[in-house]
Amino acid sequence: MSTDKKLFGGFSRRDWLKSVAGLPILGSVWAAGWDTTEKSKLEKELLLERLNIKASPPPPSGSMEGNPVRIGLIGFGIRGEQLMRALGFATNEWLEAMAISSQEDPNDKRLEDFKAQENLNVKLVGVCDIFDVRAEDALRSFNTPDNPCKRYPTYLDLIHSGDVDAVIIATPDHWHAPMAQAAIEAGVHVYVEKPMTHTVSETYLLRDAVRRNPGAVLAVGHQHRQTLSFLTAQDAISKNTLGHISLVVTNTNRNDDNGAWQYRIHPDASPETIDWNAFLGNAPFVPFNKEHFFRWRKWWAYGSGLSGDLLTHDYDRINCVLNMGIPKYVTASGGVYTHRDGRNVPDVMQVNMDFPEFSSGSSQESGKEKGMSLVYSATLGNQFDRGTVLMGHDASMELGNILTIYADPRSTQYKEMIQDGRIDPAVPIYQYDPSANGVDAVTSATAKYFANKGLLWTYRDGKRVDSTFLHIREWLSCIRNGGNPSCGIDEGFEEAITAHMAGLSYKTGRRMEWDEETEKIITLPEEELDAILLDNSVSYVS
Amino acid sequence: MSASQPLSSAQTIALVLLRLFVGWHFLYEGVIKLYTPSWTAKGYLLSATYMESFFHWLGSDSMISLVDTLNVATLILVGAALILGFRTKIASILGIGLLLLYYLAHPPFPGHPQGITEGSYWIINKNLIEAVALVVIYLFPTSMSFGLERLFHKKEIKTQST
Repeated sequence: MSTDKKLFGGFSRRDWLKSVAGLPILGSVWAAGWDTTEKSKLEKELLLERLNIKASPPPPSGSMEGNPVRIGLIGFGIRGEQLMRALGFATNEWLEAMAISSQEDPNDKRLEDFKAQENLNVKLVGVCDIFDVRAEDALRSFNTPDNPCKRYPTYLDLIHSGDVDAVIIATPDHWHAPMAQAAIEAGVHVYVEKPMTHTVSETYLLRDAVRRNPGAVLAVGHQHRQTLSFLTAQDAISKNTLGHISLVVTNTNRNDDNGAWQYRIHPDASPETIDWNAFLGNAPFVPFNKEHFFRWRKWWAYGSGLSGDLLTHDYDRINCVLNMGIPKYVTASGGVYTHRDGRNVPDVMQVNMDFPEFSSGSSQESGKEKGMSLVYSATLGNQFDRGTVLMGHDASMELGNILTIYADPRSTQYKEMIQDGRIDPAVPIYQYDPSANGVDAVTSATAKYFANKGLLWTYRDGKRVDSTFLHIREWLSCIRNGGNPSCGIDEGFEEAITAHMAGLSYKTGRRMEWDEETEKIITLPEEELDAILLDNSVSYVS
Repeated sequence: MSASQPLSSAQTIALVLLRLFVGWHFLYEGVIKLYTPSWTAKGYLLSATYMESFFHWLGSDSMISLVDTLNVATLILVGAALILGFRTKIASILGIGLLLLYYLAHPPFPGHPQGITEGSYWIINKNLIEAVALVVIYLFPTSMSFGLERLFHKKEIKTQST
């Protein structure tokens, strides 16, 4: 073997160049890539440091150790079944259906998620449903040697049985407060679905009952409170990232029968299988009517339409972030425009809620900005996603599972950064996606597109979690370890009064006014407000 | 393909440029992803519009970190090999494989949702064109004219002649 020198003896400078000229190209491309990412990282860090928003997960609710909490369920309908799964109890039918579904579609993780759900250390000891079929369905799946469970004839029998520590109420709206109040007075903890109450007077009565019985924990079923991005939103707003928020817009858009409360009517429903008088309760008497029983949300006598079912969610989401309380003025309008089927609650509704004294902060001279409107806009005849947006002088925040903040081109606090080209108002200055690895200050259009398609789910500790599960867990933790639920009686009071003001304004065509001092609705002082709210006579079908 | 007709200098230069540019593109994509720790192909895979079950599997929680690592590694290796002119045949095959995966996850087939693109495509898009460019690079190797393989090529000639 000859020496290398000899081997490459025939190599000219040109040959060498042609052999290794790729190296500097490789080096340059590599360096350029490194430089670009470093610069964008520095820009991001600078911006994040400037914004200083904490994207920390909320502290987990406390330990589930100790004696099992004995739970009674009132109302095993659509929501009741969902709540039971969040509690750890699924019907045999659901388990079978999910097993088939996950076999057909490996991406269907509902069964896997359910099985992975933490054990909340509870016993489901009693069920109450005035429709025999549903009560029997519940017993068939939940009454097992490990978990003896029985049916109680009435909710009062269940509450006063001494067998339950807590009840979950998932009934039509007109039963929420009477049941919750009876349970609280008996020292039984309550998880009640929203809206917390059906009338104005019930709202005060329930609050009084909870104040008199501090040992019983009441939680209202606004599971959105558990959404990870909301705490980040609170932090962003407390740091005045948005400046003065003058307008918040929230929406409901649905365009299907289920979304318009056209729930399935069970074939076995009859006066023999349904305790009709128990259903009516305090509602005006009408003869047995399956439509009323299964689609109760369509009548003011039992439900409260958009204001009670859906505005409450949106109002509470914003109240959770801004903590602005009950609006001073509420004006509502709308009508039955998409489902003229005999219902008397509106299916298109716009509600303007005004908070003239509220301020989220300001970046301009003192006194220039004060007051905010919250607009809720809903239709059950279109499902275009309009999103929830909090609009401030300095920035706009899109609030969903993913939180996105855009600087306003005319912002005062970001003026210089916009001028320097360091902030592009068309690109988010901040984005928080709990499912991603962390915080991304500047995102691409594509990432946003994926996110908007709902492809990046919400995770906690790397696991996809149901927010209803977290909400129930929080309630159980308060029962076991003390503390207040994130949506307790005070938040429920604000939610219920706001919803009732919207209902009253819709019905009367008047602007409803709330007096914070006396905690009273002061519009129409001579009128019986609850009678107006419950008035079932108005029908929009001619 | 006839081996008897050697390429003209201009043809060789054009092929070398093609190889360098494709390599450049691969390497830069790889390096950017390498230095952006939050980058993931998850969204791209989960939103696949063709062969969904395969791409959803690649994007699943158990697979995604391996898939991301392999993607970045392949981009960088293919890019470096094409630029340096070393093992360009195997690099071309790997590159074609990667590009076909990108192509098949979101193919611009008629009637398929197109998502966000910077242009308009019907059946053929830039991923496919780049894959065909790699076919050309595979069939017309130029590393002996310009690239590290020239060293070994010369060495072989020298070894044979001594």
